[in-house]
Amino acid sequence: MESVGSTSRLLNLYSEMRRIRAFEDAAEEASKGGVAAWGLAASDKPALVRGPLHLSTGQEAVAVGVCANLERADLLTSTHRGHGHTLAKGADVTRMMCELFGRSTGFNKGKGGSMHIADFSVGMLGANGVVAAGIPIATGAAHALKIRKLPNIVACFFGDGGANRGPFLEGLNWAQVYQLPVLFVCEDNRISATTPTAPMTAGDGVSARAAALGIASIKVDGNDVAAVDQAACGLVKEIRAGGGPRLLHAITYRFKGHVSVDPGTYRDAAEVAAAKLRDPLLISSAALRERGVTDKEIAQIDHDAAEEIAAALRDAANAPWPLVTEAYEDIMNTGAGVWK
Amino acid sequence: MSSDTSTALSLTYAEAAALGLREAMSADPTVVALGEDLGRGGVFGQYRGLQTEFGRDRIIDTPISESNIMGAAVGMALAGLRPVVEMRVIDFALCAMDELINQAAKNRFMFGGQGRVPLVARMPIGIWSASAAQHSQSLESWFAHIPGLVVVAPATAQDNYSLLKASLACGDPVVYMEHKELWPNASTVDTNEIAVLGAAKTLQHGSDLTIVTWSRGVGLTLAALNDTQLAGASVEVIDLRSLWPWDQRAVFESCSRTGRLLVVHEAVQVAGFGAEVAASAAEAVGCRVARLGAPRIPVGYASVLEQESRLSPEKIARAARALLTAK
Ligand SMILES: Cc1ncc(C[n+]2csc(CCOP(=O)(O)OP(=O)(O)O)c2C)c(N)n1
Repeated sequence: MESVGSTSRLLNLYSEMRRIRAFEDAAEEASKGGVAAWGLAASDKPALVRGPLHLSTGQEAVAVGVCANLERADLLTSTHRGHGHTLAKGADVTRMMCELFGRSTGFNKGKGGSMHIADFSVGMLGANGVVAAGIPIATGAAHALKIRKLPNIVACFFGDGGANRGPFLEGLNWAQVYQLPVLFVCEDNRISATTPTAPMTAGDGVSARAAALGIASIKVDGNDVAAVDQAACGLVKEIRAGGGPRLLHAITYRFKGHVSVDPGTYRDAAEVAAAKLRDPLLISSAALRERGVTDKEIAQIDHDAAEEIAAALRDAANAPWPLVTEAYEDIMNTGAGVWK
Repeated sequence: MSSDTSTALSLTYAEAAALGLREAMSADPTVVALGEDLGRGGVFGQYRGLQTEFGRDRIIDTPISESNIMGAAVGMALAGLRPVVEMRVIDFALCAMDELINQAAKNRFMFGGQGRVPLVARMPIGIWSASAAQHSQSLESWFAHIPGLVVVAPATAQDNYSLLKASLACGDPVVYMEHKELWPNASTVDTNEIAVLGAAKTLQHGSDLTIVTWSRGVGLTLAALNDTQLAGASVEVIDLRSLWPWDQRAVFESCSRTGRLLVVHEAVQVAGFGAEVAASAAEAVGCRVARLGAPRIPVGYASVLEQESRLSPEKIARAARALLTAK
């Protein structure tokens, strides 16, 4: 991609964030009534997107700013809130929407859905239904890259809540002990499901924990895609040069509920409203305008993203369901055919 | 050591596993092993000499981080390696259950076949030198319950060589359970013997009763045949060798001839894998069934307590006699 800080690069970053926003808005709409939780009942009419849908709305700059510094052969592990990471790593929008719709043409053939979205062909090794579970997997993938003497790195996304699980310590220690090429990215939206993370977290947070293990980190405004891009660029360079793991602590905010059907009423409305003034799309488009990009150009990007997602929705709605027999496929070769 | 042509070696159960791993590592540079204290040969000597031969990059000494050992193995497998995971004893593998059950076992299905996780997780089972409740468990039934996992429990040095190689080659996640009291047992190992996962071995033919067992239960069952309680009885003994897949054909065929099945295992009897074997055989061939496992108590430290959880030839013979005489 273009050099960091250039207008053309910022345009690409904005456009990628817009695609993610459009994708998640559409998926959210398609999920209405799709799951009974958070005090809401499932609707009688089955939703197109069923089950838990964790939206990263408001957090797009983290995924986009980091992934702008990754190559296709670099690897990535994600969280339950993984749509942004997947798209930013280069996954195809239509196949992704198909997976959310549970269709056989989805990345996972309808076996995973949103919470397990993955596109191994672009190095995206999976969202994860278990908080912090991507961390050990990322260290192992990086360990393999090092043993195999491959030049690539692994980006490992996790939430602020995930830093309170044991694998965070085990994984960071491991990456530092073996000097592995991993960029740990703490996507700090300051909330864990419905519970603010700070009162549940001892000490000075994720960077302090990384420092205790000798892992250098940068704290960044996770709503400013240019800042995330620049910080990630520096860290990725150091990692590629063989410097061992680094950590990026990106402070951001989750605009929506924990899952799409969660109205999030446990948060102060004024706090949410104030946070939305710092929408990464607003920050990025304002920066573009300052550089002379016109409203018309920005509107065109928005329009293109909307068109792309509308087409993906149409394709997904018309895509075939998996066959029942596929429930018995992709499990194991040893003993295949014996399921009882 | 062997010359290139000799194929029969006298090896202990531990040495046989080391040889199997060594051959696999020589043949395939993507095979690595990771776990605590492997450089020193592993707690039971089952990795002896391997770090000297293959280096620290392939016989990897790790921090005491069971979650990360197993999770890293998943990541390694996805990134092109074939890791052997050492959990030391199965009791510690419980610290790695998310990584094994939610990540390794489900990866292939959940992601629609995009990836495979060819790892072999070694977790020694069984009662062992007064090690009490947290170093003595036999939890094979837990893993037999999980779709996506292969479950292997070798009983002999031969099988610890052949089944380990078969496990390394199979491409699926394998829970590989060696028994801690079998490590020093020596026997002849034929390096040409290729094991098939899911194929039982019939060790003794008989017509009155089928005993199905595995792991340490095999030796104890064979010893039980000499017990006076079984004088005159014709007993068939089957070593199941792998619990998933398990050799239903061999077991059903045997039970349909003998009409009686006793399943013997060291694990707690309640919800043990013996229940699965017995129920399946009863459903399939209508034979009379019985189980012998440990009572549902933690393994105690004092000998008198530990003994209560142990199998013995005498207990096996008694259970077999009871089944033979039941009307
Ligand atoms: C091990 C585990 N515990 C609990 C959950 C339920 N859960 C799902 S997301 C979540 C909050 C995670 O917070 P954080 O890591 O900050 O990520 P965020 O949801 O804010 O993106 C919880 C508790 C889970 N999925 N896995």
